[in-house]
Amino acid sequence: MTRSSMSKSIIRHVVLIIVTLIMIYPIFWMLSSSFKPDTEIFSTSNLWPKTWTFKHYLAGFSGDAGMNFGPMFLYSFLVSAVVVVGTIFSSSLTGFAFARLRFTPRRFFIGFMFATMMLPAQVVMIPQYIIFHKIGLVNTFVPLMLPSFLGTVPFFIYLMVQFVRGIPKDLDEAALIDGCSPFRLFRSVIFPLAQPAIITMSIFSFYWTWNDFFGQLIYLSNPKIYTVSLGLSMFMTNMGNTQWGDMFAMSIVSVIPVFIIFLIFQRYLVEGIATQGLKG
Amino acid sequence: MEAQVRTGVSKRKAKQGLQTARQRNLTAYAFLTPWLIGMLFLTVGSMLFTFYLAFTDYDLLSAAHWTGIRNFSQILDDPNFWVSIRSTLIYVVISVPARLIASLLVALLLSKEVRGIGLYRALIYLPSLIGGSVGISIGWKNLFANDGPINSLLGMVGIHGPNWIGNPSTAIIVLILLSVWQFGSEMVIFLAGIKQIPNYLYEAATIDGASPMRRFFNITWPMLSPIVFFNLLMGTISSFMVFTQVYIITSGGPMNSTLFYVYYLYQQAFSYFHMGYASALSIILLIIIAICSSIIFLTSKLWVKYDV
Repeated sequence: MTRSSMSKSIIRHVVLIIVTLIMIYPIFWMLSSSFKPDTEIFSTSNLWPKTWTFKHYLAGFSGDAGMNFGPMFLYSFLVSAVVVVGTIFSSSLTGFAFARLRFTPRRFFIGFMFATMMLPAQVVMIPQYIIFHKIGLVNTFVPLMLPSFLGTVPFFIYLMVQFVRGIPKDLDEAALIDGCSPFRLFRSVIFPLAQPAIITMSIFSFYWTWNDFFGQLIYLSNPKIYTVSLGLSMFMTNMGNTQWGDMFAMSIVSVIPVFIIFLIFQRYLVEGIATQGLKG
Repeated sequence: MEAQVRTGVSKRKAKQGLQTARQRNLTAYAFLTPWLIGMLFLTVGSMLFTFYLAFTDYDLLSAAHWTGIRNFSQILDDPNFWVSIRSTLIYVVISVPARLIASLLVALLLSKEVRGIGLYRALIYLPSLIGGSVGISIGWKNLFANDGPINSLLGMVGIHGPNWIGNPSTAIIVLILLSVWQFGSEMVIFLAGIKQIPNYLYEAATIDGASPMRRFFNITWPMLSPIVFFNLLMGTISSFMVFTQVYIITSGGPMNSTLFYVYYLYQQAFSYFHMGYASALSIILLIIIAICSSIIFLTSKLWVKYDV
């Protein structure tokens, strides 16, 4: 390595280290604050707690903080898991039909799906709310779960169509010659082969639902069935000016599921964002 | 024996040939049933319903009355509507380009064979995964609190930091910074794009004596311009939709300085239950987004190169 390329490489690393530190500082500050006694959080800007305490984490789950986050995590998890199942169900069926089956008006439907990709969710939010309100499903999890079973995220269908198109057609033909029905072709050939697309879909639908706030805010107003997002928001309004430690501890726990997905499935996330244009 | 197998195959093939268009359609529609129901009720039906509601005074409790264009004329006279347009545009016009520049610069730094690239990329990308959540918004709000760490860091270098969230002129900066902090996903897209640029282009340019500056503007920028376009379009649309951060950090304040469009729409629809008025607002949002997207599409002919 020449001298100038070495110094270039050092400069590059210095800049990258500074950028990285800025990026992770807010997360580290929250993390360290969640282990500090309330009196220490805003009085020092030290990242390392002088006295370590784990009581904030316990308080959030025992009710000592004034709210019990245990059930909220359970509900968030339940809603997200059901949405994943719904997304896999509807997107794989639709994606298979668009990629492999011949029917009229195929082109029209596909064009329609693409057109709805750009449609902001807020435009259809009000009528959907009114419908769910009329049939008495507000304050249940149904409005949060049901749309995923009806293929309302065109990105996932597009992802599936692209993937199924990449599977060699010889396999279908062989299966059809053996007398395989389209349903069996889907179940026994295409669905198992589409696993990478299904994993990507599951990851994104899980963490979008887990992070969602708008939908949960409008459909759930009964604190008994609050999800984590709503619980944190309510906690901040009611106790956010005194119980900082409890608030940060629960905020940290709320991002742990997404963090775990990030650790395990980073490759799928990066590919989903880079090649499919899914929002990160 | 072989002949028998063949006839078997051709019989099946013939049978398939006989499968009528109607049967094919029925099979396909069976697969498409969930999507068709969703399309019909949740997407198209809801769209039409929004258009109808926008011309009524529906409030969820009493029956809807047709009011013609009254909602729209009221919106144009509504000072809060104009305040929300202004603050949203400021937010979009600053945060989207800032994210693009940050993501492109860091992607360029990471594009060379850097040791530990995986770790850098992962840590820089992490905020964009969790940045939209309520938990991070709460942390961000306290980061910029009057006695929060940002102000104590500024204090160390002798700057007396403002009351970020309590001040109408700085509250929007806190929200813009939170958006820029999440540039990681765009960076990942840029990194994938830079990898696609063939190396021989740079080699040839270097042999011809092109400076790094020229190599960037004549090779990297044109090759990446379709990705810049994609990021610009998606970033603009999603910035118009920002909600969680506003709700948690500023609640639209102080003095309506961060009354972003979707937050205002939410207030009208779900705090005051002005469903008709809010539907009209959402149609106007659709029009604004359509206009912005068309501007980006039209100008893209000037600077996006698809055939380098």
